[in-house]
Amino acid sequence: MAVIQRIKKPTTRRGKKVLLSKEPKPIEGPKQCIFLQGRNPSERTRKLLKDIYDLKKPDAAFLSRKNDFVPFEDSSLIEKLSYKKEAALFGVGSHSKKRPHNIILGRTFNYGILDMIELGADKYKAMSEFHNMKVLAGLKPCLIFNGPAWDLNQDLKRLKSLFTDFFHREKVESIRLQGLEHALSFTATDDGSIYFRSYRILLKKSGQRTPRVELEEIGPSIDFKLRRTKLASDDLYKESCKIPKELKPITKKNISKDAFGTKMGRIHIGKQDINRLQTRKMKGLKKTPEEKKQMLMKKKMARQAAKRTQAMAA
Amino acid sequence: MDIVNEILEREQKKAEKYKPITVEKHLEVELDIGTLLASDTNDLDLKTLQSDKERDNYLQALSRDNTQLLLNKVWELPTERIDEAIVVKLPAPKTILPRSKPVPKPKPLTKWQEFAKSKGITKKKKDKLQWDEQLQKWVPLFGFKKAAAEKEKNWLIEVPQHVDPMTDMYEKKAGEKSEKVAKNELQRLKNIARARKVNIPRVGLPVTSDKANATQLATAAVVAKASTASLGKFQDKLPKEKEARGKGIHELIPGKERKRKAPIPTPQAEKENNLNLLDKILNKRPKIDIEKAVAKRIHDEQVQRSEEKKTMKPGKGKRKSKGGNTTNFTAKKPKGGKGQRNPNKKTPGRKRR
Repeated sequence: MAVIQRIKKPTTRRGKKVLLSKEPKPIEGPKQCIFLQGRNPSERTRKLLKDIYDLKKPDAAFLSRKNDFVPFEDSSLIEKLSYKKEAALFGVGSHSKKRPHNIILGRTFNYGILDMIELGADKYKAMSEFHNMKVLAGLKPCLIFNGPAWDLNQDLKRLKSLFTDFFHREKVESIRLQGLEHALSFTATDDGSIYFRSYRILLKKSGQRTPRVELEEIGPSIDFKLRRTKLASDDLYKESCKIPKELKPITKKNISKDAFGTKMGRIHIGKQDINRLQTRKMKGLKKTPEEKKQMLMKKKMARQAAKRTQAMAA
Repeated sequence: MDIVNEILEREQKKAEKYKPITVEKHLEVELDIGTLLASDTNDLDLKTLQSDKERDNYLQALSRDNTQLLLNKVWELPTERIDEAIVVKLPAPKTILPRSKPVPKPKPLTKWQEFAKSKGITKKKKDKLQWDEQLQKWVPLFGFKKAAAEKEKNWLIEVPQHVDPMTDMYEKKAGEKSEKVAKNELQRLKNIARARKVNIPRVGLPVTSDKANATQLATAAVVAKASTASLGKFQDKLPKEKEARGKGIHELIPGKERKRKAPIPTPQAEKENNLNLLDKILNKRPKIDIEKAVAKRIHDEQVQRSEEKKTMKPGKGKRKSKGGNTTNFTAKKPKGGKGQRNPNKKTPGRKRR
């Protein structure tokens, strides 16, 4: 589904602009996200998706129509919508007897499915059930992953990356200290339950420069259970994680530092011309006036010959 | 000494008023400050995690500790003041997240660009407007107002002497223009095919506007001559006709691939070759094509059988009985009313009498 090198030329300037904007770029903006509803979404899944949508808000779209599809069997709808909406992340909610309160989170690469992880929402408390002040929309949250299982289990490892991708918002250069207001905590156990909590950070005085952190739960609070997964092959994942050449830091050659922190440079000098080397001056090696004259004549002749050949060529 | 103790005591009291900002952890928490991410690999207290009452408090306490650790590191970063807000510079993120689209590849060069690169030809910038002496005004090179200017300029076109006086010069000009556009489009498509490494069939003769040169005509003649069912084998040669040569002709005419002449062999190799040839001729044996032999045998048998049938007289009293079918193939019983009915079908099932 690549856009580049299509055969038909765009007819309008606007169409061309759209196609150009869809072409891959070295530096990408924040990933857009779409939230879909499956065949028969329960009230819980709908509310849950809405809460996650609220957390992601400026970079997300909530598609309220029901879709008769199963992402794990046929992902063509997601791929189509990801192309249409330019979205690389998706969340699908569905409900069935076999898989009650089913949430599928995933991401795409080049408009094809990369990862897809199914989670069952066992317990859920909505954001609206917490009666307190919420955080501002669009803040970059602190992501806290608790538990050794995040690094041990292969599925959870990918889920950690997926959660980071979902909630980290955007790569930023600098951040306002007062803007550190939101913390998302993910706790995983070995049996595949994941506890998702969201807190507001309260910065209290500590008598020092660094403040004392207190947390207040603002919701949503979800207890997930890990279900099916569909992870990208290592090759595809590696390709998707490629860093473009432009963004790689340029290493300066021949510069090193020694143990004391002194900067050392290595310089390459070209081959020395021995014939032109100035040796010791002696009267015996000096050129006589006749020799000097001859040399000048020789140089003059050569210059003239060069000029003539140039004129001939032109 | 009293003063020192006093100050220390006062400080201690002050510190006791506030809760501590330090956190004790068994294993160090991994921090990625660029993405504001903390991953705590310490073992969880599973007992409290399983009890519904204490779970939330435990998780909150755990998250608080880890957030404190993360924010401690953030507060250590160099700060800056921008518009009444204190801002810290974050380092580059450590976690690598997948991209949404692949890394852009450089666009493949067109044939012209490749040629220009090899010859060192650089594009010269032309002015957008050019002074037109005839119209006495500035005319754009292309685009808006160019066509109008052209129309104004060419209100009359002279018919040259060597051209039929009844030709419509405007039509001719438009034709030339459309030809140019078509050629450009063809080249664009060819460039795309080249970039995608698609094999495209050769186009017979080069597109020319009106005049072809001698070599092109010769090529056309040779190709035309070879365009018979027998690839021009029985076509007569014209007087003074020359075989067209050069690149491309052999690809156009099938069966005309050039064969490279074998190099002159050494006397030893030549002798060996000749002896091999002699051996081959002297030791010749009939080749047996098994398939052909089998086919022949089958054919012979069939012929024999048919001969026998013809000569055999038909049996006297033997006739086919009415009910008994000697063959196994029976007509299917009509299924009246069974199976799916087709309302459009005119004969629904067996006729009942």
